[in-house]
Amino acid sequence: MEFILGHLNYWLFIVLMMIGFYIVVARGNYIKKIVGLNVFQASVFMFYISIGKVDGGTAPIFPTDMNIDPNVVYSNPLPHVLILTAIVVGIATTSLGLALIVRIREEFGTIEEDEILEIESKLQAEENSAEGPAMGGRA
Amino acid sequence: MELFIILTLFFMLVVTAIAILMMRHLFAVVMLSGVFSLLSALLFVTLDAVDVAFTEAAVGAGISTVLMLGTMALTSRNEKMPRDFSPIPLLVVIATGSVLIYGTLDMPIFGSPTSPALSHLATAYLTQSPHDIGVPNVVTAILASYRGYDTLGETVVVFTACVGVLILIGGLARRRRKDEEGTN
Repeated sequence: MEFILGHLNYWLFIVLMMIGFYIVVARGNYIKKIVGLNVFQASVFMFYISIGKVDGGTAPIFPTDMNIDPNVVYSNPLPHVLILTAIVVGIATTSLGLALIVRIREEFGTIEEDEILEIESKLQAEENSAEGPAMGGRA
Repeated sequence: MELFIILTLFFMLVVTAIAILMMRHLFAVVMLSGVFSLLSALLFVTLDAVDVAFTEAAVGAGISTVLMLGTMALTSRNEKMPRDFSPIPLLVVIATGSVLIYGTLDMPIFGSPTSPALSHLATAYLTQSPHDIGVPNVVTAILASYRGYDTLGETVVVFTACVGVLILIGGLARRRRKDEEGTN
């Protein structure tokens, strides 16, 4: 019982992660894929932060006069620092992904994956029929 | 009590994530992703990570929602009808999830004071930072001082992403004008 309660958090975060992963894999709309990636990312953050939690602990901030009571338990500050960095890097990659989506929409006129694949294979077929023989059929 | 709060927040997070999966109005999806970020910020507060909570609330729920709304305005507002249901993504996700859960079985109990993550470095930071740096917030002390190079690297990443975004969509207005002249 203690084992289950002690690991329940981790499992719940993994369930959330997998919902985000499913959105990324199973949905064709690129904006939705990015949202799914954000869900996945936030769940990884929660998982990571939960490793630093101590029972009965408090946020790792000392009193301003720096009179530190040795009986107060503080949670582990290190995961917090790493995840702060990760959040900012995450928004940087998200914005880059969104800029790519804007460009894709400009070139293809759509942001649905299957439509883009269709256009791509059509272009490929045209190129093959135009230049196929000269390139040995592998243009 | 704490477990109850965590479970409630988790339930709300799952409902939000499933709603994101099901909705086809992209506006609703983007707004729900903001809700998801705010809920995760609440969860960070219960996990004692207050700095992470307000960064997530500002960046995750604020900036990224604005960026996504901007992208949506430049692209499309609705998702097409989903493709026919295929079992492969579901199988991949279930397999990955079970492997990850198998991996957690070795992990220390949640909140255990003897967990390896709390030994060595974390204790050293907590005991030494008042003498070394003298900033009350240990997270700030580590972020700006002990791991200052990390933060510098983060700035480089943000700068690179900015340059990338500018290169990708910088000429958007110019190209549009050219297109219009071309069609007229």
